Amino acid sequence: MPTINFTLNGKPVSLNTDPTRRFLDVLREELTLTGPKEGCGEGECGACAVLIDGHITNSCILPLGNVSGREVMTIEGYRETKRYRVLEEAYIAEGAVQCGICIPGMIIASESLLAHNPHPTDDDIRIGLSGNLCRCTGYNMIVRAVKRAATRGKGLW
Amino acid sequence: MPDIHQSVPKIDAKEKISGRMTYVADMRYDDMLYAKTVRSSQAHARIRSVRVPTLPEGYHVVDHRDIPGKNVVKMIFDDWPVFASDTVHHVGEPIMLVVGPDKRIVQTLVDAIVIDYEPLNPTFSMTDSVVNYHYDKGDPASAFKAADTTVAYDYETGYQEQAYIEPQGFIGTYDDERIHLIGSIQAPYYVKNAVIDTMACDPDAIRVVQATVGGAFGGKEEFPSLMGCQLAVALNKIKRPIKLIYEREEDMDVTTKRHPSKTRIEGAIKEGRITALRIHIGIDGGAFIGLSGVVLSRAIIAATSAYTVDNLDVSGDVYKTNTVPNGAFRGFGAPQMIYAVEMFFHHVAKHLNVDVHDFRLKHLAKQGNHTSTSGLFRDPILMPEMIERACAMSDYHTKRKAYANPEVYKGIGMSWFLHGCGFTGSGEAEHIKAKIKLEKLPDGLVYLRVAAVDMGQGAKTTLMKVAAKTLDLPLERIRYENPDTDLVPDSGPTVASRTAMVVGGLVARAATKLKKTWIDDEHQVIHEQYVQPDYVRWNQDTFTGDAYPAYSWGVNVVEVEVDKTTLEVEVKHIWSTYDVGQSLDDNIVLGQADGGTAQGVAYGYLEVMRHREGKLLHKNMTDYVIPTAVDMAKTTTELYNNPFALGPYGAKGAGELTLVGGAPAVALAIEMAIGKRVHAIPATPEYLMEVLHHAND
Ligand code: FES
Ligand code: FES
Repeated sequence: MPTINFTLNGKPVSLNTDPTRRFLDVLREELTLTGPKEGCGEGECGACAVLIDGHITNSCILPLGNVSGREVMTIEGYRETKRYRVLEEAYIAEGAVQCGICIPGMIIASESLLAHNPHPTDDDIRIGLSGNLCRCTGYNMIVRAVKRAATRGKGLW
Repeated sequence: MPDIHQSVPKIDAKEKISGRMTYVADMRYDDMLYAKTVRSSQAHARIRSVRVPTLPEGYHVVDHRDIPGKNVVKMIFDDWPVFASDTVHHVGEPIMLVVGPDKRIVQTLVDAIVIDYEPLNPTFSMTDSVVNYHYDKGDPASAFKAADTTVAYDYETGYQEQAYIEPQGFIGTYDDERIHLIGSIQAPYYVKNAVIDTMACDPDAIRVVQATVGGAFGGKEEFPSLMGCQLAVALNKIKRPIKLIYEREEDMDVTTKRHPSKTRIEGAIKEGRITALRIHIGIDGGAFIGLSGVVLSRAIIAATSAYTVDNLDVSGDVYKTNTVPNGAFRGFGAPQMIYAVEMFFHHVAKHLNVDVHDFRLKHLAKQGNHTSTSGLFRDPILMPEMIERACAMSDYHTKRKAYANPEVYKGIGMSWFLHGCGFTGSGEAEHIKAKIKLEKLPDGLVYLRVAAVDMGQGAKTTLMKVAAKTLDLPLERIRYENPDTDLVPDSGPTVASRTAMVVGGLVARAATKLKKTWIDDEHQVIHEQYVQPDYVRWNQDTFTGDAYPAYSWGVNVVEVEVDKTTLEVEVKHIWSTYDVGQSLDDNIVLGQADGGTAQGVAYGYLEVMRHREGKLLHKNMTDYVIPTAVDMAKTTTELYNNPFALGPYGAKGAGELTLVGGAPAVALAIEMAIGKRVHAIPATPEYLMEVLHHAND
C-alpha cells in the first residue's frame, strides 16, 4: 500500500491505505472528521465539500490518492478562522440554517465564492452556491447571509 | 423577553454551522456492525427460494423468521411487512438484512444472494381500490339538476420525493436485554410502538432516541418504523451495535413519496356561480396502504380549498399498485387536491368567459361559512386583505393584462389556499392524546419533556421561546434535548403542522402552572394533556363536522417566463402572504415559507419521478432534479397577524401551509404564458410541447 501524504487543516497527515478509497470515507471514518456530510455520494449535493488548495471539491467522488501532496481544509479547520466567524454570524442573523445537514458544505462554498469574488452580486452568489443543494431553506436566506458576510467581512476576503 | 415573534438566534445554529452537530451517520461504536438490505428485484412475485452463500465468520443474515412478534409494521393500516416472507409486492421490498463488520464485504454478500422468483401478475394502473371514502354537503343532486350548465375537467399530479439531504438511518445497540435505537425520525413513539409489536416485548425493553434530523418533510414520519423494526430484529439476534444507513439511491428507490393522483371535478353552474361540485380523487398508494388512507382523508377534506361551495359530493380511493409504497409528505394529500381545485376554478371562469379574479372572489370562504365537511369557519378570515396585498406587491393585475398577449410567453399565476392545523378529525383526541411534562430542577433549569422533533423547522427554538416567555425566564434557563422515549411522554408525532399549535399550547399551559406554583430550589414536575376544544365535533363515518380546530391561510403569486423554443420555465419571482395566527419567530416562519414554497413551486414544474413496470427511473440526485439556488426565485413574503385563541400566543400551523399553494400558482402562470390549459403537473417542457400541439384552447 503506498503512503499518501497531504496537509489537513494545516497539519501534515500520512496514511497507509487504499488510494482508491473515497476521500469522504477517509475523512469521516479514518480521521473522524464528520463535519463533511454525505448527502448523495455522487457529486451532486455539495454536502461533502472541502477545500483542496483553496478550491471547493466534492470529497465523495474524490479518490484519496488525488489529495496526495495537496492542502486540504475541512469545516473543522475552517471554523478556526476569522472569515468563518463572519460567515457564522451572517448565517445566524439571516436565519439561514434549518436542518443543517447542507450547512457545513454551504459554508465551504461561501468561502470559495468570496475568496474568488469578494463583492458578489445576488446572481453571483446563486451561481456560486448552485453546486450545493439545500432542501429546507429555498436558498434566499442563505444568499442574504453570504451578502451580509461580504459586507461585514470587509478586507477579510 | 421581547415580543414572541421577534427572531432570536436559533439555539442549534452554531453547532450545525460548525459541523459539530452529530447526525446519525456521524455516530459509531467500537464493535459496530453494518447492515445492508437485500431487496426484491420483482414488482410482484412469489419467492421460491433464497440462496445465501456461506457466510464468513462474524457475518449474519436476518429475515422474517427471526421476528419474535408480528411481521407487520404498526402504522394506521397494518399491512406493511417488516420483511417479505413468501411474496414480494414491489421492486425494492426488503427481504433480509446482511450484517457484518466490513461494509464492503456486507455489500458483496448482498450481491451474492440469489433469489428465485415465480412471477405473478403485477398491477400498475389505478384500478384496485383498497380504501374508499365519501361525503356529501348540502344537496348536490338537486343542485346539479337545477344547474344552468355543468362543466367537468380532469387533473393529474405526479410523484414527489422528499429529497431530504440526509438519507434515512438508524444506529442501534443491545444492552441488558434492552433494544436502544437512535434514528433520523419524526415520530419517536411511532417507532417505539411499532417495534414493541414486532418484538412482542415489554414496552420497557425498547428505547428510541431521535438523532438530529437532516431534513424530513414527512419522509421520516412512518418509513423509519419499518427500518426500526428491522434493526430491532437484527439487534435481538446478533446483540452487537449495528448501523443501518441508506445510500442516496437506495433511499430514493424504496422510501415513501407523495402519491401520484388523478382528480375529476364536475361543477354545477347557476347564474354565474358554482352551486355544487362532484369530485373524485384517486391516489396511488403503492404496494401497502400504510398512511395512505389518512392522506386520502386530508385530500378529500381539502375539496373546496379556500372557497365555499354549498353542495358537495366528494369521494376518493386509495389504489393498490405494485410500486413503492407512498406516504407522508408535507401537505399530506392537500397539495394534490388544492392544485386540482385551483385549476378548476380558473378553467370554469374561462369557460364562462368571465373575469377569473372576480369569479374566485365571489366564492371565497368567509367567517361563519360552512367548511367542506359542514363544520364552521369560526375565526376571522383575512384573505380579502391578503389577496389585495399580494396583488399589489406583485402588480398582478397590470401583469395579467400585459401577459394575456400570447406572444410574450410570460405569465403570472395566483393561488389561494388554506391548511387545516393538526390531525384530521378526531385524530388528536382519540389516537394521539398528547402528553407533555415540564421538569424544573433544583438549580432552576426547566426541561421541556416533549416528543416533538426539531427536523430543521425550528421546533426547539419556538417551543423554548414559548416556555421562556410564559415563565418570564431567559431562554438560557430552558432546556430541550432530542426526545428520548425513556425521558419524554408521548406528545405525538412531529407531523400535520401540529407542533407549534398543539404541543406549543401544552407547553404554554404547563409553563403557566409552573409559574404559579414555582418554589425556588425544588424539583417540580408539571404534566399536561391535550383536551379537544368542546366545540370541535367530528363524525369519522360521515366525514362531517369540524375536521380541524383551526385553519392557516395563504396566497402565492408566481411569475414565470417560458422559453419559446425549448419551453423551459424560468420562475422570476414569488410573492406570498400568510396567516399562521401569531408567528412565534419571524425568521423561522419566513424560513418555512421560503422552503415550503420552493418545494411547492418545484412540484408544479420541475420535479419529475416516474416508474416503468414498477422500477423508478429517477432515483438519484442527478436524475431527480430539485431546485438549486439558481432555479429558486427570489421571494417576497408578508405575515398577517391573526391570533388563534387556543394556540400558544395565538400560533396556528405553518409548516405545511407554505407548500400547498406553490404548484397551482406556477401552473397557472405557465398556462397564461403558453395560452393553453395545464391539466397535469409537473408541467415539464415535454408536457407543454404536447399541450401546445394537441390541446384546443
Ligand atoms: S455527498 Fe458529495 S456531493 Fe453529495
Ligand atoms: S438546511 Fe436542511 S438541507 Fe439545507
